[in-house]
Amino acid sequence: MRPTAGLVRHRPRSGARAALAALTTALLSAALLAVPLAVPSASPARAAEDVTTEDATVPSGSGEDAVELDTTVYVPASATGDDPAPAVVLAHGFGGSKQSVADDARDLAGRGYVVLTYSARGFGSSTGQIGLDDPRYEVADLSTMLDLLAQRDDVQLDAPGDPRVGVAGASYGGALSLLGAAYDDRVDAIAPQITWNSLTTALFPSQAGAVDGATPAVTPSTGDSGVFKRLWSGLFFGAGSVPTGDGLLASLTGGATTGGGAGVPDVDPSTLDSAAVEQALTCGRFRADICAAYQVAAASGTLTPDIAAVLDRSSPAGVLDRITAPTLLVQGTQDSLFGLGQADANARGIAANGTPVKVVWYDGGHDASASEGDTADLRDLVAGWFDFHLRGDGTDPGTGFTFPVPTGVGAAVGSVQGGSRTETATDYPGLAGDEVQRTDVPLSGTTFPVVTPPGGNPAAITTVPGLGAVTAALGGTTVEIPGQFAAFDSEPLTDAVDVVGASTVTLAVSSPTGTATLFAKLYDVSADGSQTLPSGLVAPLALTGLSTDPTAPTEVEVTLPGIVHRFETGHTMRVLVSSTDQAFAAPAESGVYAVGLADGAVLAAPDVDGTVTSTSGATRWWVLLGVLAALGVAGVVVAKLWGARRRRQLSVVEPDGEDVPLRFTGVTKSYKDGFTAVRDLSFEVRRGQVLGLLGPNGAGKTTSLRMLMGLIRPSEGTISVFGHPATAGAPVLSRLGSFVEGTGLQPHLSGRDNLELYWAATGRPLEDAHLDEAVEIAGLGTALDKRVRSYSQGMRQRVAIAQAMLGLPDLLVLDEPTNGLDPPQIHAMRQVLHDYAATGRTVIVSSHLLAEIEQTCSHVVVMAKGQKVAEGTVEEIIGTGGAVLLVVQGDPERAAEVLTGLGATVERADEGLVVELGDLSRAEAVAALVEAGVGVDQISPRRRLEDAFLSLVGES
Amino acid sequence: MSTVQSTGAVAGYRPERTLRLSVELRRQFKRRRTIGVFALMVALPLVLIAALQLGASEDAQANSRLNLVDVATASGLNFTLFVLFATTSFFLVVVYALFFGDTVASEAQWGSLRYALATPVPRMRLLRQKWLAALVTSVAALVTVTVVALVAGGIAFGFGDIRTPIGISIAQGDGLLRLAGIVGYLAVHLLVVGTLAFWLSTITDAPLAAVGGSVFTMFVFAILDQVEQLGSIRDYFPTAEEFAWTDLLQTPVDSGDLYRGVIQSLLYAAVFTALAFRHFARRDVTS
Repeated sequence: MRPTAGLVRHRPRSGARAALAALTTALLSAALLAVPLAVPSASPARAAEDVTTEDATVPSGSGEDAVELDTTVYVPASATGDDPAPAVVLAHGFGGSKQSVADDARDLAGRGYVVLTYSARGFGSSTGQIGLDDPRYEVADLSTMLDLLAQRDDVQLDAPGDPRVGVAGASYGGALSLLGAAYDDRVDAIAPQITWNSLTTALFPSQAGAVDGATPAVTPSTGDSGVFKRLWSGLFFGAGSVPTGDGLLASLTGGATTGGGAGVPDVDPSTLDSAAVEQALTCGRFRADICAAYQVAAASGTLTPDIAAVLDRSSPAGVLDRITAPTLLVQGTQDSLFGLGQADANARGIAANGTPVKVVWYDGGHDASASEGDTADLRDLVAGWFDFHLRGDGTDPGTGFTFPVPTGVGAAVGSVQGGSRTETATDYPGLAGDEVQRTDVPLSGTTFPVVTPPGGNPAAITTVPGLGAVTAALGGTTVEIPGQFAAFDSEPLTDAVDVVGASTVTLAVSSPTGTATLFAKLYDVSADGSQTLPSGLVAPLALTGLSTDPTAPTEVEVTLPGIVHRFETGHTMRVLVSSTDQAFAAPAESGVYAVGLADGAVLAAPDVDGTVTSTSGATRWWVLLGVLAALGVAGVVVAKLWGARRRRQLSVVEPDGEDVPLRFTGVTKSYKDGFTAVRDLSFEVRRGQVLGLLGPNGAGKTTSLRMLMGLIRPSEGTISVFGHPATAGAPVLSRLGSFVEGTGLQPHLSGRDNLELYWAATGRPLEDAHLDEAVEIAGLGTALDKRVRSYSQGMRQRVAIAQAMLGLPDLLVLDEPTNGLDPPQIHAMRQVLHDYAATGRTVIVSSHLLAEIEQTCSHVVVMAKGQKVAEGTVEEIIGTGGAVLLVVQGDPERAAEVLTGLGATVERADEGLVVELGDLSRAEAVAALVEAGVGVDQISPRRRLEDAFLSLVGES
Repeated sequence: MSTVQSTGAVAGYRPERTLRLSVELRRQFKRRRTIGVFALMVALPLVLIAALQLGASEDAQANSRLNLVDVATASGLNFTLFVLFATTSFFLVVVYALFFGDTVASEAQWGSLRYALATPVPRMRLLRQKWLAALVTSVAALVTVTVVALVAGGIAFGFGDIRTPIGISIAQGDGLLRLAGIVGYLAVHLLVVGTLAFWLSTITDAPLAAVGGSVFTMFVFAILDQVEQLGSIRDYFPTAEEFAWTDLLQTPVDSGDLYRGVIQSLLYAAVFTALAFRHFARRDVTS
């Protein structure tokens, strides 16, 4: 029963019927859509082969039952006339069509099978009426499909007309594969899922009476009477009776297409046969006999021989002894429609012939979809089954038994994220003579009167079709009506009890009428009294021939629902027998039954020992773990190699390092965008110098300083500090103190904390820090203990300079140190730097102010546009004792003569004479001029580079 | 002039002693941000207790989406589980992102990064110490919220066993052990967002970009995780298995998802960390 979203195409219809149809569709979609068809499905990694599809309409049946079936064949590229492949027929669920299994088919074809899918009669685009997997119709259609496959040259043949073929399907399709294997011996392997053994037992269950098997989930089959599973049956019938698309109108108008733009059919009421209309409206696409049987059942709630005949015809139960194809039975633990007992009966019936049977239970079913992991596992399982039994590939899947690991609390917390481990046993107990082991749990409880209310209302609510697991997971939302049940409890469990299968218990029941309809349940009651119904499953009991005397009740063997559940330590197992259940048809007459335990009654709980396998795909995680380890090893190796290379680099030391604290050699820094910040810069700084790096903004001063600190890697050239390469993090940088572009103080800390934490980060001994000297230089007084946030720019500047001078570094680098300082502070700073250099240490100061450099530095490097313009001593640059500008009163020629005579060099300029005095002092020069009668108006130092520098500044 | 070692370093300088963990932690704990997060970690369980006490009316239960909420007040352990459940997908993500994402970028923003590097703290060491400090603070925050929840919850709701929504108990000793496992799992799983933030932190100079970027990324994946159509691709999301720790409450413990969650998280964390180191090793520090 696997309807698709396209189950009903809504037409604009009015009235209650439309509403009903919509409601049914919504309910069905919500409840059933999620039921997975556990056939290999779209899994891109595996769909390795190119698959082509061929659509065709195929006639099947003869006479009145002739239909046109809508088929699609999926052909893998590897299947050719020369190299034929085995075939698989995929049958869809109830309410679906061939489209429902399209993804599954494509995937299976990708694994090298020729896959045939078709819409069963009465579904999709196929014509005809639904016969519920009737051997005369649907099963015969399957044989037609096998004929079709036998004619294909790309399908492997066992014999002429006999293709190598497997059949798989879920629910309705699953029963078809069982019946197909029974009626057509050309079928070579089957994989039916979540399907029935006996529709009679499934729809009219009665789990009373002795069981005739030793398997875990053996459940009595219905004899003469059962309790009508009315909610499920209603949904089941509803899915087939809702007219699909044109179905209703076509059946009314004899297949004529409808006219009218609004989609309203053009029907002349007088031409319609009223019986046909009624049939179409009430039965939809069902065959008349099935429709009639349902109507009787729905109205009376009782099982009549006619109904039983219809249902038995559609049940594999009677023909299991004909099945010789290896069978993979997959059944869900969350399934209140076709419970575990149905698969159990199939397994017993098929294994009795000696046919290989493998049983798999998974956490899912008609009530709940399986987790993704489970679904993927089941897909692989089905593909593996066919690989071995059709192709002889792969390992033998064997005849084992796989089921979910019983968990207790997992069901609830796991609703967030559940576990999905499975347990595997070597075989399904009870098939090969060995009996399933049962744990006897003693129960106690007195005999209770149990009342059936008139009309069967109110009724206990335990199961909602399609949502059974939800009610169970919510815990305690089952509703039991006081007075309508008898409860028998075990002692609190001293050890956890795992139940894998159907437990049994013997009750003692009497009824004044001799008959009773009861519902037995096995609750998990926790220490605090809250009770949970595992999987929301109920065992209905239709009892007849009971004693009418409450003092001598009849003993009734009851099989409780098949479950996989762990009853935790401290919990109580409770058998609860109630008189009503909302999901089932209960007798309308009121009555009072006496329900008690038979003498010495125990709960016989089956358990299966198996090996727990971890979550699927665990190997993938081992692979990832390997990758992780490899990454770690690679990381260590790279770090080692990198360290070795670094040590090699650092071991190259220039011999004159101690005398040349800093040397730039051909240093260039270009960025990816083509901008060159520094170009071919070379200079040296000698010990004890105060070097000024002079240049306008953007000259590359800061970039150069950053490179020497190892923050920026030069594109070309080398920088050495005390003879060692100044790469990132080079140890020699520990001799460097720096203040470059921004204070880098943490605003939330005080100045003192900043200094102390900075020093702590160097890892050097505290006594090396000379903290007091630095604090003195900062000159902040008590403000040092305030947060830096509150400092002025100048205060921050001084703290940062103090930080740079911590540890009295041999090379001190200061970028624009006097920015933001007031004149007295600037003066003091100059003195500090002079004194610092006087100790034999070296200071580098950058500035864009000539005057600043002039007053602070002994040497200057002038930069512009990333290049060195000039370098030398301050005297050389500024021109003291060198050239002077002379403005005279009177004859300049005379003045030039006088000075030239004294050995000076004289040039004429617009503003006066530029005189290179040589050894001559300015005083001597002025005296000589005055003596010669030339009046001196002005004499001032002539700064050779100032013009050039100012013009550069002006340009930038 | 200073005495000098053969490496060129000044006497007393040892690379392996630079930016010791204790120093970095001291730096971090002097920040209001760190103190604030820890204060919040202490306050959160207390606020939740107050809320549960106030809203302990019957209709509160009908509204609860999570099963764990129903039994949050059953015991201190239960309350702790509830707190962890409530904080896993947002609060703890932000905390990890903050501690990991802020660490390098904030130094760059202050401009202190260049002084640390010129100290010199070798770049790889700086990053390693920052990473470790972020891990220590993040895990400490996680442990703080757990311990406060455990103690305050115990005082408010009693020091009892873990009670699951369907009434199964886990004894207190066993429960504490499992709680430790849960905290351990979370500490590892949250490394994914942490290391992502860390990587971003080495790329940008804006702490907000690193923290916000990683949190935003996690949210995008959390939203994509809701899209059923993506199928099993979602298993590889960095957010995958973020609630796998609830498996530790099962009996027997289902280790499959946990194992996978740990491996996957470590893998993501390793990749992001490697990217961070790779980027930082080559980067020009211009901040």
